[in-house]
Amino acid sequence: MAELRIEDIIKPENIVFKKTKLFTDKPLSYCPGCGHGVVHRLVLEVIEEMGIEAETIGIAPVGCSVLAYEFMNIDMVQAPHGRAPALATGIKRIHTEKFVFTYQGDGDLAAIGTAETIHACNRGENIAIIFINNGIYGMTGGQMAPTTLPGMQSSTSPYGRDVETMGHPMKITELVSNLPGTRFVARHAVHTPALVRKTKKAIRKAFENQKENKGLSFVEVVSNCNSGWKMSPVESNKWLAENMLPFYELGTLKDE
Amino acid sequence: MGELRLMKGNEAIAEGFIRAGVDAYYGYPITPQSEVMEYLMLEQPEKKTGMVVLQAESELAAINMVYGAACTGKKAVTSSSSPGISLMQEGFSYIAGSEVPAVVLNVARGGPGLGDIQPAQSDYFQSVKGGGHGDYRQIVLAPSSVQEMYDFVSIAFDLAYKYRIMVLILSDGAIGQMMEKVVLGDQIPRMTNQEIKDKYDSWAITGRTPGREHNVITSLDLDQENLERHNHHLQAKYREIVEKEVVFEEYAIEDAEYLMIAYGTSARICHKAVQLGREKGIKVGLFRPITLWPFPDKRIKELSNQVKGILSVEMSAGQMIEDIMLAVESKIKVEHFGRYGGVVHSPEEVVIALETKIIGG
Ligand SMILES: Cc1ncc(C[n+]2csc(CCOP(=O)(O)OP(=O)(O)O)c2C)c(N)n1
Ligand code: SF4
Repeated sequence: MAELRIEDIIKPENIVFKKTKLFTDKPLSYCPGCGHGVVHRLVLEVIEEMGIEAETIGIAPVGCSVLAYEFMNIDMVQAPHGRAPALATGIKRIHTEKFVFTYQGDGDLAAIGTAETIHACNRGENIAIIFINNGIYGMTGGQMAPTTLPGMQSSTSPYGRDVETMGHPMKITELVSNLPGTRFVARHAVHTPALVRKTKKAIRKAFENQKENKGLSFVEVVSNCNSGWKMSPVESNKWLAENMLPFYELGTLKDE
Repeated sequence: MGELRLMKGNEAIAEGFIRAGVDAYYGYPITPQSEVMEYLMLEQPEKKTGMVVLQAESELAAINMVYGAACTGKKAVTSSSSPGISLMQEGFSYIAGSEVPAVVLNVARGGPGLGDIQPAQSDYFQSVKGGGHGDYRQIVLAPSSVQEMYDFVSIAFDLAYKYRIMVLILSDGAIGQMMEKVVLGDQIPRMTNQEIKDKYDSWAITGRTPGREHNVITSLDLDQENLERHNHHLQAKYREIVEKEVVFEEYAIEDAEYLMIAYGTSARICHKAVQLGREKGIKVGLFRPITLWPFPDKRIKELSNQVKGILSVEMSAGQMIEDIMLAVESKIKVEHFGRYGGVVHSPEEVVIALETKIIGG
């Protein structure tokens, strides 16, 4: 039997899906089934489709996506925990022609970095903030986040989040949508193909807005953390749809 | 010949930022250095050179804005006073770990805590030993006049880019607030984006130039062997700086039997104290470290073979004295004198301290 060669199988006309050019060859460090990988891909597809990789500067947070710069083949800096919007401000103000985005988790953006987030939004920095809300601190092993749902268990709320003593989950996306500096604020999810497409559109808009100097675009993605939630990827997606989405409603909050 | 003006230290350094071709100033108000940002906002350098001036929401944000800008190869600067500088320490550590050039001004005031708004030199440890986490160093320059506030800006940026390191200009409320004549130099043009690409494309994140690998600026390395190697590299760089960049000034040292060591405002006071001492027949000289890190320990060691005793004069409870004692290796008597908590000693008090603690003691 003749040897089977990869080139004979993968002909251009047969390709329905391929690695985004802007992914590096490093294997993703994310748990299988985690939404981070999907959102990375969407960000990179948008940058590639817009042809702006030479003009884009990304800012990685502290959190599971701290190593985003290993996977994204664009110029990036890794920010101290919560400070990504400040770095983005510092960069964009003197690189007004560049595309600047932050990629941040909920602990990074809505707890330790609340001030930097609110003020970058309030100043209307012409940047894109991509915000992954998985209701938990993934990287440090599943502690309570500002976004953890009432009653939801985490390693620091083992009996469930008691809102009386631990505070309420914070809808920071609603909060920033009320600031005049934000122009486009949306909440999406990536656990179904249809939602992935919608999320990509929103991310695209967040980058397009920069071209038009519109001000701050803020895209929240409600995502899973199967490891932190202690569920299988499939279970976690089901749990997300049944528990996260009724509280964190999907849709466009603001588009000016 | 430059332009002669009468200015406050804070204004002179702000003008220095503009004329050194700085790209961005990010800051947060705090006494006794608020004039720096106020001056810049009034001058509107964005109209002259395109320099950005932005009031941040905190010192934490300000230093991270500087960090971001510095990562792109731009000249970025912030200024604050002691409590604000404490808040910036996280950023200093990241800047050190990821090796980007940046300049920070501390117009120090009395502490600890909120302290007061009077001049102090009690941030020496924090400045030269590192207030943030990890094994890192930053170059520390100590101006002692309004002219030096202005002049040190360019020197600081040259060093910052030469070694990709943070340079701290450690001043105090007296130098920030006092007015003196200052000669201003010509405007240095800001670097163009092309110049930055040409010079710093090996590390700066300016957007991935076609044909090169992506640049990444990070202080993270989860492989401990790699991180140790990175630390070795940093230490080698620090050793080179210690070897090459020590700067100091000497006054009335040739025949000196006693020595005062002081920097910044204390050095000005000691200058007068040396004159008063000499009027009394005491052969005393002044040694002024200009770089606090790298510390001029070799020269101090040499001088310890010449003099009988050293008075370390600092507006603190005694911080720099530890570095002097290390340099002197217990061969001669070394004592500290200083008023602190915002109190500034007089030259007369310094002479009395020399007489009682060193000569008579
Ligand atoms: C100043 C500081 N405090 C705490 C930490 C530890 N830490 C690392 S990641 C993290 C939480 C990140 O959670 P999140 O932003 O929700 O991102 P995720 O990992 O879930 O994607 C914390 C607290 C740190 N690195 N730095
Ligand atoms: S810990 Fe959670 S957020 Fe982190 S990679 Fe795993 S699933 Fe994703």
